[in-house]
Parts: sequence; C-alpha cells; structure tokens
Amino acid sequence: MSLPLLELEKVTIKFGGLTAVAELDLKVGEGELIGLIGPNGAGKTTAFNLITGVYQPTSGDITFAGQPTGGVKPHILSCRGISRTFQNIRLFASMSVFDNVRTAMQGNRAQRVRDALWRGATFRESEARVEHEAMELLKIFNLDRFYEADGKSLPYGDQRRLEIVRALATQPKLLLLDEPAAGMNPTEKEQLMELIRFVQDKFKIAVLLVEHDMKVVMGICQRINVLDYGRKIAEGTPDEIRCNPKVIAAYLGTEDDDA
Amino acid sequence: MRGKEKSFLLLAIAAAVGLSLGSGMFNRYYLGIAVDVGINIILAVSLNLINGHTGQFSLGHAGFMAVGGFTAAKLTLTCGSSVPPAFQPFFFFAALLLGGIVAAVGGLVVGVPSLRLRGDYLAIVTLGFGEIIRVIFQTSEFFGAATGLTGISKLTTFGWAWAFAAITVYVVACIVNSTYGRGFIAVHDDEIAASAMGINPTRYKVTAFVIGAFFAGIAGGLYAHHKLVLKPDGFDFVKSIEIVVMVILGGMGRTAGVILAAIILTILPELLRGVAEYRMIIYSLLIIALMLTRPQGLFTFGKKGPVK
Repeated sequence: MSLPLLELEKVTIKFGGLTAVAELDLKVGEGELIGLIGPNGAGKTTAFNLITGVYQPTSGDITFAGQPTGGVKPHILSCRGISRTFQNIRLFASMSVFDNVRTAMQGNRAQRVRDALWRGATFRESEARVEHEAMELLKIFNLDRFYEADGKSLPYGDQRRLEIVRALATQPKLLLLDEPAAGMNPTEKEQLMELIRFVQDKFKIAVLLVEHDMKVVMGICQRINVLDYGRKIAEGTPDEIRCNPKVIAAYLGTEDDDA
Repeated sequence: MRGKEKSFLLLAIAAAVGLSLGSGMFNRYYLGIAVDVGINIILAVSLNLINGHTGQFSLGHAGFMAVGGFTAAKLTLTCGSSVPPAFQPFFFFAALLLGGIVAAVGGLVVGVPSLRLRGDYLAIVTLGFGEIIRVIFQTSEFFGAATGLTGISKLTTFGWAWAFAAITVYVVACIVNSTYGRGFIAVHDDEIAASAMGINPTRYKVTAFVIGAFFAGIAGGLYAHHKLVLKPDGFDFVKSIEIVVMVILGGMGRTAGVILAAIILTILPELLRGVAEYRMIIYSLLIIALMLTRPQGLFTFGKKGPVK
C-alpha cells in the first residue's frame, strides 16, 4: 500500500468521564473503500466527527494527505478534500436540489463579496461553470429532473443520493458516508451498493463507510474495521471479519452474557 | 442575466435622482412619507440579510441606525457650515458613509458574540446591545444627552433615500444570488452541513452583521437629515421590532416581499393617524394573525429557484 491518504494514530476522545473513542488506529489509502462497523454507540459517528474536525481528539494524531489535521476547522478540511454525508440527512432545507449542489461548490471557488457585487466577466464565467458542473453531477446521478424541486421534498432514497452528490460537489479525495443505507429497503440497498462502487470508480476517491447493514458492508468494502465501546476489536477483509469470534461476540453477545 | 443587475441599479438611482429634482411638484407631506419609505426599505432589506438570509435573529438594528445617525448628524452639525454649497452633496455623502462605517464596526462587535450564541440567546444579546447604544447616546453630553441633536440641516431628499434604497437592494440581492452568497443561506439552513461543505459559518455571520449594520447606519444618517431632530428615545427596541416586523411580514429571506412590507408598514400608520395610539396593538395583531395563517410570510411569490 502506498502512503495512506488518511491515517489515525492512537486517537482518543473523552467527553467528561466517557471515552467515546480509545486509541483508534485507522488507515485509508488512495482510492480504497474501507468499512467501519460496530454496534450502536461504538463510536463510529464520533470517529467521523474527529476526522472531519467537528471534534478535536483528546490525544493522538490524525493525518490527511500528509498534513496533520489537529486544530483545523471543518470547512478547511472540506476544502482540503474531506467530504461527508450525515446519518440523519442534513440537506439545506430551504434550497432547491440544484442549489444544494451549487452551494457545496463554493469552497473551492475563490469568489468573494466584491466579485458577487461587481458581476464582471470573471464572476459570470465562474457562475456559468458552477451551474454547468452542478448540472453534470446531477445528470450522472439521474437527479437532474428534480433540479428545481426542494431538496427536502424528494423521496427518502433520493435525498440520500442528493446528499452524496452534494458531498461530491466539493471535489473530495475522501468521502465519508455515515450510514447511507439507514431506512432503506433491500432493493434500495442493492442500488446504494451499486452507487457507492460507481462513485468510487468514477471519481477515483477513497470512501470510508460507516454502516450497520452487514450485507452492504460485506458486499463492497475491501477492508473492514470493527469498533466496540470505542475500541477497535478487529480489522481485515470481509471474510476474516465474518468469522472473527470477537466480532461475533460484540454483535451477538457471548454465551456468558445470556445468563 | 447578463449585466442586467448593474443596469437596474444605475436606472433606479437615475430615476430616484430625476424624480427628486422634480420633487417641487409634489405635496411636501407625501414627499416626506416617500422618504420614510425609502429609509425603511434600506433598514428592512439590510436586516433581512442578517435575520432572513443568514438566520441570525437580531433585535439590534435600531442601535446600528442610531450609531450611523448620530455620527453623520454630528459631523454635518460641526463642519457643515464651513463646506461651500457646491460641495454640500459630497460632504453629505461622506457623512452618511462615515455613519455607515462606524455602524459597521458596531456590527463587527455584535457579530462576534453571534458566533457563540444562537436563536433566542442571540436575540437577547442584540437587544441588549441596542439598549446600551441608546443609553450611551442618552448620557453623552457630546451627542446632546437626552435632548439629542437638534437643528440638523435638511439634506436628505427623495433622491438620496431612494438611491440608497436601490443600492441596498442591489448589494443584498447580488450577494445572496451568487455561489459565494449561497453560503449565507447554507448557514441559515444547517451550520454543521455548511461547514462540512467548505463554508466558514463564522465568516458569513460576521459579514452579514457588518453589511447589515453598515446600511442601517446609512439609513440612520438619512433619517437624521430628514427628521432634523435626533433623540436617543427614537432608537429603542420598539424601533428594532418595527424593522423585524417588516422582515417577518415580507417573508424571511425574500427581498421583494420585504420591500413591499416596508412600503405597506410605513404608509399604514399614516393612514391610521386617527388611531395612532393603537398602532402597536394593530402591529401585534397583524403579526399574530400572520404567524397563524402565513408563517412563510405574506408576500412570498415565486420559488427561490436557480437564476437563469
């Protein structure tokens, strides 16, 4: 494996007395599709918030593309190439589908107040480019027919897809997906797996996937990390994870627990 | 929309100044109301950037207005007589600008707590800020203490008020309607998602406060040179509420609606002069009725779709 794109080394975060994530080591290489699983409350979303800069680790180091991310604000990390979706969909509620995508394109454009005010040739060009690129993205995901609709008025599965499109609009190197299959039926889950594979292939980006649904994770991830009570208990290929006794114990409980 | 916005702005300013030159034909009373309308459009549209587009509930707009008004008026009162008549318009423009800038600094000061507070808490802080400003002017001998400033020259005309109204509308509409400006709406909708998409919520909130306060300051300067008397009492929180009502009635974040609301809510009290003491009651009833029937605002036409 070449130099990892994202590397977590002994990352720990404590909220008061609670250690949500303890000494987590995690590596994501360029273009890899890595899974992060674990029972409820295992610290998966907290790990996401640490990677994206929402939380700062109590100890340990996170490196992205060779640069440490300690103390860096989420919007800067987004510009550096970390994008994400949210467990409970967070679309921009008052915006259309099109505007949701366009808005996400602003981090990488050096537009300023004066550009918007002067409305000169450069500004119009950059606006036209943003419009074009946003529309192309929507077309790829077959959402262009909804472009004028409110983001929030889309069917649930399409909202999830729109969130992925919006995340891609920031031109990420690493995409973090937080339980994208939540609330989906089996057919939608199939489509989602297709979609994630397609995204990874088409945009040549790394994906870190947090997911509850074993079928989804086992079906597409190259490597899987398993968290339980904030600690990593296993790491390996889907097949290795499937037969790992610690993982089975974490999910189903051990025989001692039954008593 | 290729360059249309700029032509609109120039046309609007030209129309305002042109009409102003011929203003001798109009009844002075109606003309005075027309100036009030222009000033209120500036106030409402600039507050809409903070409260509507960016979603930071501010109750301090009268405070920014007072800062701009007292600054501009003090300047014209002290050095106005030494300025030759030919330079009078330039001087007035500079005074208004100075008022706007000083108010914008106030906006910066209020914008900083807004980074930590949201919703009701921010509203209370901005309300407190407005009251502090009022008390400062009330106790400051330099600004005439409780009597305020009197004998201000009549410099505000229909042209000044409406030209600045056009500029305010242009600035707010242009900023919001751009890839840069959609960041304000993103912060309004969801700060966490916005920052995950590369938008810096801190910068947007402070920018909204600074721009909003700047235009409130300009409006204050225009107001001072229109009413000719400036009393700190006039900038209490009731004044702030009046502007907030215009924004809510017009529909948060809808510029066209807010302009219409500013026009209607300026003319309405004049029509209700006979029952002036019930004005606040009518206002309150209006808001209650509105919130029950049309929480999205009275004048919400058209969807906020992509601009082609």
